[in-house]
Amino acid sequence: MLAHFILALRAAGIPASITEYLTLLRGMKEHVAGYSVDDFYHLSRATLVKDERHLDRFDRVFGEVFRGLEPPEGDPQREIPEEWLRRLAERLLTEEEKRQIEALGGFDKLIETLRQRLREQKGRHQGGSKWIGTGGTSPFGAYGYNPEGVRIGQEESRHRRAVKVWDRREFRDLDGDIEIGTRNMKLALRRLRRFAREGAATELDMADTIRSTAKNAGSLDLRLVPERHNAVKVLLLLDIGGSMDDHVRLSSELFSAVRSEFKHLEHYYFHNCPYERLWKDNRRRRDTEVPTWEVLRKYGPDWKLILVGDAAMSPYEIREPGGSVEHWNEEPGRVWLQRLTGHFRRSAWLNPTPREHWDYTLSIGMIHAIMEGRMFPLTVAGIEAMTRELSR
Amino acid sequence: MKRFQGTATYIASRDLEVAVNAAVALQRPLLVKGEPGTGKTVLAQEVARALGMPLIEWHIKSTTKAQQGLYEYDAVSRLRDGQLGDPRVHDIANYIVRGKLWDAFESEVPVVLLIDEIDKADIEFPNDLLLELDRMQFFVYETRQTVTARHRPVVIITSNNEKELPDAFLRRCFFHYIRFPDRETMERIVHAHFPGIRQELAREALNVFFQIRGVDGLKKKPATSELLDWLKLLMIEDLPAEVLRSQDPRTAIPPLYGALLKNEQDVHLFERLAFLSRRQQGR
Repeated sequence: MLAHFILALRAAGIPASITEYLTLLRGMKEHVAGYSVDDFYHLSRATLVKDERHLDRFDRVFGEVFRGLEPPEGDPQREIPEEWLRRLAERLLTEEEKRQIEALGGFDKLIETLRQRLREQKGRHQGGSKWIGTGGTSPFGAYGYNPEGVRIGQEESRHRRAVKVWDRREFRDLDGDIEIGTRNMKLALRRLRRFAREGAATELDMADTIRSTAKNAGSLDLRLVPERHNAVKVLLLLDIGGSMDDHVRLSSELFSAVRSEFKHLEHYYFHNCPYERLWKDNRRRRDTEVPTWEVLRKYGPDWKLILVGDAAMSPYEIREPGGSVEHWNEEPGRVWLQRLTGHFRRSAWLNPTPREHWDYTLSIGMIHAIMEGRMFPLTVAGIEAMTRELSR
Repeated sequence: MKRFQGTATYIASRDLEVAVNAAVALQRPLLVKGEPGTGKTVLAQEVARALGMPLIEWHIKSTTKAQQGLYEYDAVSRLRDGQLGDPRVHDIANYIVRGKLWDAFESEVPVVLLIDEIDKADIEFPNDLLLELDRMQFFVYETRQTVTARHRPVVIITSNNEKELPDAFLRRCFFHYIRFPDRETMERIVHAHFPGIRQELAREALNVFFQIRGVDGLKKKPATSELLDWLKLLMIEDLPAEVLRSQDPRTAIPPLYGALLKNEQDVHLFERLAFLSRRQQGR
């Protein structure tokens, strides 16, 4: 049964290995977990999960594999409190419906109806009433009611306590695949910093020390050389204005955080797609405009290019000369993009639009093709993939 | 085997207790991560105290090498001694400087070894310690001797997540992520540290603290250690609880804010919020 659990974890993308499995078994043999399910949950989590981004996934798998292991606490149907249903009713039914119900036989009758519905859903939906109030998996959400209804359960701490510890899913915001917010922004940037590492130490230069000691007639003369370090240079191009307005806060957060992480970092702005001009300061755009050719000349091919933009625009803006929404461009955006990616040895495009929406916008597909697939979603996992790509 | 259960001054959640006990029972390192200021380093001190073992601390810097934890061969002073004709120079063992890991291995009694902020070091650092932590032994080339642990130490490793740790290293550890404590736990922590604190003051201070944490856009959210510092200041100044109550953090900056807000931008953010809400009230 535990082997089944490990396989389920691996299927969910948690890299639990056989060593860790054996460790878990040894831990159980040593009675670390005792005989409580909660302790077993804690022990297996400490043994099998090594990254806080996987904690939420672990909780979900644990819930699925060991569902029903705990004895049911009383009749779940009776546990649905009255006020809960009342509030649910207020949300679900319009004024008119309420009046109708009133005509039918009052609020008690209405509650009876709701109860009835809940029971029906239990039959249809696997999770059953156990899942009420655990966010997202509640039968109410699944049944197509107003999703607000689901949140009722979450507001009530009383009900949260009834939920088992792994069902609370407290580590949800640490999952690497969710979009970057203020919380995991820092985490994402630490991934970036990994390839911006610089050594400060010095090491003994043996050959030089021997040579100069010999020259010194045998009296010791130490020679030190600075340790080799890898200084990464990053050129950041940020899309600003228009369809990016939703994402401006996100990209500016990304940008301001990146600035403190790199020593060699330059940034320019563009609108929708880079053309023959970029600019340094969005508020004083006209004063700070720089020809893109100059940028290409100034920064060598060893700079890493990161474009940040949602790539949502009309296909003309990429394909046709004069397609830009702001000015007459002699050459299409595609040519400029190819110039940029051709000049810099390593380049990538970060897209704040969730990955699953990319296929619905034509221009995203076009830019994806121009970038030869090096477009990454702006999530912790996406940034990690990008870092890997850029530092290869 | 003694079990770790949290102490009078350290409130440990059940999952943390299980993780520590697993690491002690199976003699594997425990890797602890979490927001800064949630008590990662203090955990090692408390585990040492609870289990009645001495604590050996090894603080990692960006320039620390794995080898320094084992031993260092001080070639430079041997060369100097050689020039000065010191008789000590004939025994290489005189120039072997022991590291923290060696100390922990050679100790007469079992110890707790803290490797603090392992992510600060070079990316190869954890890999270089794999074998040493696994077998709890290493070989000294200069003197041809093998150092083996008399008692396998309880190893606690903390990380601030600045670098990814290698998989091979992670596989050998237990892992625990310290979540930010909820209000109830926080109250217990406050009372554990300040048993004599006035109920009212503690309540109001926690209100202000959680409100501050709730403000969006803070660069560095205050954590447990900041709260405890701030409470200490409040108690030294002997401020009445009303001072805290009258000052909603959205309308004014809390007294002695320096203990809570560590960042100029954050203080500015608060000043701006205070200014905006005063202007709204003025209308």
